[in-house]
Amino acid sequence: MAVDLANPGNFLTTRLRQAINWGRKYSLWPIPYGTACCAIEFMAAVSSYHDLSRYGAELVRFSPRQSDLMIVAGTISYKQAPILKTIYAQMCEPKWVVAMGVCASSGGFYKNYGTLQGIDRVIPTDIYVAGCPPTPENLFHGLLLLQDKIDREGLVASAQRHGEQTG
Amino acid sequence: MSEKLVQALRQEFGADILAASAYRGDHHVTVAPARVTAVLRYLQQRGGCEMLADVIGVDYPDREQRFDVIYYVRSLSAPRQVWVRVSVREGEAVPSACALWRSADWHEREVYDLFGVPFAGHPDLRRILCHHEFEGHALRKDYPVELGQELSAPEKLFSDHDIARAAHRASLAQNPTGAGDEIHPSDLLTVNLGPSHPAMHGCLRAECLLDGETIVEARAEIGYLHRCFEKEAEDHTWAEVMPYTDRLNYCSPMLNNVIYALAVEKLLHVEVTPRCRVIRVIVSELSRIIDHLVCVGTNLVDMGALTMYWYTFYVREAMCQIIEKLCGSRLTTNYARIGGLSHDLYPGCEDEVRTKLRMLEEAVRDVVKLAARNRIFLDRTVGIGAISRADAVSYGLTGPCLRACGIPYDVRKVHPTLDYQEYDFDVPTGEDGDTHARIMVRLAEMVQSKRIIEQALQKLPAGPVNVDEPRVILPPKAKVYGSIEGVMNQFKLIYEGIQVPAGAAYGCGEGANGELGFYCIADGGGRPYRIKVRPPCFPIYGAFTHIIKGGMVADAIATLGSLNIIAGELDR
Ligand code: SF4
Repeated sequence: MAVDLANPGNFLTTRLRQAINWGRKYSLWPIPYGTACCAIEFMAAVSSYHDLSRYGAELVRFSPRQSDLMIVAGTISYKQAPILKTIYAQMCEPKWVVAMGVCASSGGFYKNYGTLQGIDRVIPTDIYVAGCPPTPENLFHGLLLLQDKIDREGLVASAQRHGEQTG
Repeated sequence: MSEKLVQALRQEFGADILAASAYRGDHHVTVAPARVTAVLRYLQQRGGCEMLADVIGVDYPDREQRFDVIYYVRSLSAPRQVWVRVSVREGEAVPSACALWRSADWHEREVYDLFGVPFAGHPDLRRILCHHEFEGHALRKDYPVELGQELSAPEKLFSDHDIARAAHRASLAQNPTGAGDEIHPSDLLTVNLGPSHPAMHGCLRAECLLDGETIVEARAEIGYLHRCFEKEAEDHTWAEVMPYTDRLNYCSPMLNNVIYALAVEKLLHVEVTPRCRVIRVIVSELSRIIDHLVCVGTNLVDMGALTMYWYTFYVREAMCQIIEKLCGSRLTTNYARIGGLSHDLYPGCEDEVRTKLRMLEEAVRDVVKLAARNRIFLDRTVGIGAISRADAVSYGLTGPCLRACGIPYDVRKVHPTLDYQEYDFDVPTGEDGDTHARIMVRLAEMVQSKRIIEQALQKLPAGPVNVDEPRVILPPKAKVYGSIEGVMNQFKLIYEGIQVPAGAAYGCGEGANGELGFYCIADGGGRPYRIKVRPPCFPIYGAFTHIIKGGMVADAIATLGSLNIIAGELDR
């Protein structure tokens, strides 16, 4: 962005992509998809001491239609997977997904008949946050990485990317 | 007491009792499938064992009678319990105990799901933990641990036929004479709650049929967080199972750690050191307090009382700091060890605990002051979500939910381990078994836990926290690096695991939600042959739909909060 020198004080010149992405990355509306222990740490991350709002992502919505960031906190079982997929499909574009904790990322130490070995097998995933459970700080790091990623994206990149993967 | 019971059984049933055995104080009797109902009825009605606390399945693929189904029945007033074992061949049915206890419904479904043992006369024999498209039976020894099966679409809980029947029943209930308007099936609204609903406290699911706002019929479905604890346990050494226990009830992981360690120590016949016992009591009670704080705090949010949430969570954070300093982690503690603890208390821990207990006392006082005479709180809780004493016993409720009905069953009193009999504390009870009573019992229990911790701090003896048993406890690092015996000892314990002598034993304790137990079967090797968890939440959630039927849908949420169901433990 730059200040328009011909009309000082009134205009900023920028690229559309940059301006929109700037808006997007600082106003993420997360929907927590909390299933297990990680959800308890997610609660800690949003409440007063750690405070997710410092990164512009405090407006936790419980309706997928109102949110653009899904934070999957907890183990996803095969029984749960179709529901996760449905809820993801209900979110509007552009949308992003953070896998919080090793369970959501890869199944974690549950390598067994009931546990989906990572949510990226059913929905496209942008950021993986390590930890069992991740500390709130760790989740914030994931969020910062996501903001970088959004910055680099084209305007319709997210829709295209997801279109390819989910068919 | 249990011996007498077994004698009485022998007298009553003679040769029908095929075998009776006692190991580590636990009594098992074996009966033929045809006689099991009679034996269970005798135990319930004349033997003073009023509760069916669990049903356990075990698979022995080399035997002709491949499966054992074990009914665990117990008394609520005395240390009197017995395990009734039935052995059956593949495909052979066991008569269902559903006519005797309502808790049998879900317990038997679980055995059917995981082992494929059919139950004759069971009203609703479906899978419960695995999804409905799952093929095979997961806990059979020949089912591979890692063989996952995908599900195409979630199951609907009500068919059109069910809805029509519910409408008919609701009409009859409204006007028994048949006069007046009939409720048409299309008048009923199906509302699906969960398993990803924010008000459902984790991934629990219930589907309700509503007439207006009244629930006329409800069904619950579980298994959405089935993480296969029991199968994983068979695939790990005894010590490696410890971190998995953290994640059963993740609101009070310390209690799970301690009770699991107690169960394995019972099998090993190892007695932990006096200091370890006292520290275990302290961390258990801290854990109970934290659990109750979370439960009460979030439960009050369900009714719109956000202030109380800040009060309770403020103290909870303070207590979590103790836990974090103690074991390096706030949630997944992994603190107990078989034969001891991962480490001793940190310097200054006692004082910190005392300070934070004072904070707790204030918080409890504030919450009680805010709630006790609050009109909205009383309207939303008194008489709402009530369960009768008889039903509570029949459904297998334990812990605060049972005590809220006026039955003072507390494992710490009836079956004291860790020297609980030496502590002076009361068992708070309620009367009406409603949401109000459950919340009040939890608040009162926190005060009792505080009393216990204070006494424990006072008598905390010096000495080691780990037993001096090289076959159980890892050697000190100096020995590992300094001597060949030390290296060997470490190597064997890590790779082969603690060698537990063959046998079965049940270790239990008072979890935050009730009787938490681990029924462990060892085959003499380093890995468990079978571990069956007795999760307190499982029977409680089994009663959930019974409790909410006839009430308002909004009250169902508040009721659920007061039952404190933790999905990790419910589904394992
Ligand atoms: S990553 Fe760890 S803490 Fe998170 S849900 Fe999985 S087991 Fe629980």
